[in-house]
Amino acid sequence: MDLRALGESFIAWLEGLGIPHGWVLLINWILGALIILGIALLLALALIWLERKLAGRIQDRLGPNRVGPFGLIQPIADALKLLTKEDITPANADRITYNLAPIIAVFHVLMLFVVIPFADKVVGANINVGILYLMAFGSLGTMGMLMAGWASRNKYALLGGFRVVAQLMSYEIPIALVMMIPVLLVGSMNLNEIARGQGSLLGLGWNVWIMPAAFILYLVAALAEGERAPFDLLEAESEIVAGYNIEYSAMKFAWFYLAFFLNTWILSAIATTLFLGGWQGPFVDKMPALGVVYFFAKTLFMFFVFAWIRATFPRLRIDQMMAFCWKVLVPMALTLLLGAAIIVKLGTQLSLPTGTVPILMLVMNVVVLLATLSLLGRYTRTLRARQNKRLFTPELPRL
Amino acid sequence: MLTQQYGLIGVFALIAFLFPIVTLGFTWLIRPKRPNPIKQSTYECGIETVGDAWVQFRAQYYLFALIFVVFDLEAIFLFPFAVAFNKIGWFALFEAILFVLMLFVGLIYAWKKDALEWQ
Repeated sequence: MDLRALGESFIAWLEGLGIPHGWVLLINWILGALIILGIALLLALALIWLERKLAGRIQDRLGPNRVGPFGLIQPIADALKLLTKEDITPANADRITYNLAPIIAVFHVLMLFVVIPFADKVVGANINVGILYLMAFGSLGTMGMLMAGWASRNKYALLGGFRVVAQLMSYEIPIALVMMIPVLLVGSMNLNEIARGQGSLLGLGWNVWIMPAAFILYLVAALAEGERAPFDLLEAESEIVAGYNIEYSAMKFAWFYLAFFLNTWILSAIATTLFLGGWQGPFVDKMPALGVVYFFAKTLFMFFVFAWIRATFPRLRIDQMMAFCWKVLVPMALTLLLGAAIIVKLGTQLSLPTGTVPILMLVMNVVVLLATLSLLGRYTRTLRARQNKRLFTPELPRL
Repeated sequence: MLTQQYGLIGVFALIAFLFPIVTLGFTWLIRPKRPNPIKQSTYECGIETVGDAWVQFRAQYYLFALIFVVFDLEAIFLFPFAVAFNKIGWFALFEAILFVLMLFVGLIYAWKKDALEWQ
């Protein structure tokens, strides 16, 4: 069964009914858009349940277990509750910006769904600037949160808004640089092409084996982009209560909540597409619909990793977090990019035998990763030595 | 072909923007509306807020924003280069190295100027 063929036969059927071509296209677009919207909303409900259940299990709790079997209906109950709750707008808030912020938050995250390839060519819009599109709409989320933080006219919310700007903007740089490496390798920004380029050798062609350092870098930066622990300073409960969404209630809060979960899912989906082979898997050539299964399995695995990290790690301090981005991740990403550019160019210009470029890439990645880790280790050791010295040399009382 | 793909994005953008608005309108119809001054006051642990929230902010955030603009613009410029990389030959490589080295120098400058320190 081919999902693409299903869509094309549907178009053919519509045209057979004698509807003009323009209308058929429009019907097609609206249907496609509604399908993507439905997928996104269903996913949000499923992911909220999954994350709560996982976090519960990891922290030795039960998680939601009252509403429905295994608490499966809990997210629907929550959504219904939030729908009927009173919506409070603080008297001091900037009303227009305050009301627009959750709308923008949802809008940006839904827009990201359009270019994610669920299977070969099963994608809302198969555009050739996919990654640029992701970058552009991804940064719109920062805008929504900053608007929320500023418009609430609340000190906690404003602090949260500042942290949004500092954190999300800073971590966008390593993400952008590292997303460029698969683009370099494939020579296309089309996400479907990038997934297709990783098909060789039963999963050995996945970018994660070729560029492990880039993958790890993406994972760390994605944790920060997704506002997840250990980088969830912009909604640190113990410091600024809830950050930018503190004054929001009812459905407006629900929109921020939904955007947060879908954003994590999108980051997992990007990781899957760029590094884990996207919809690639065994027998996907014969049955393209299997790609959907592989894609969702890998993306849910990535989501599980994100949830796992969130449930396990404590929070960083803001100066540590910013220093880690600018002094570790950005130089590392630039080095990886330079190395990848040199290797790819050597591969094409000297026409090296196939297989050399991936191996060289792997060696370069491992070297960069080890160098970064050893530098970080040395830095922590000197830091610790300095602290210990301070601890064990008490000042003598002056006589 | 291309207009077809972007057509879907356009339609979807409209739906994705209208959907939250329509839902908020729907909840406006069914939710209770009983505001009072206490409910609408700024949330701050039950104590009345002192002063305005819109105050001067740390210059540090501004510095990070400045560095961000530089780096993000350069990253965006690098994307088209990455796509056309295999078609340009050795020239592309030297150009890329020059560009990335300039980024590196900028980063080191910001680092030495203590723009990356959280004071």
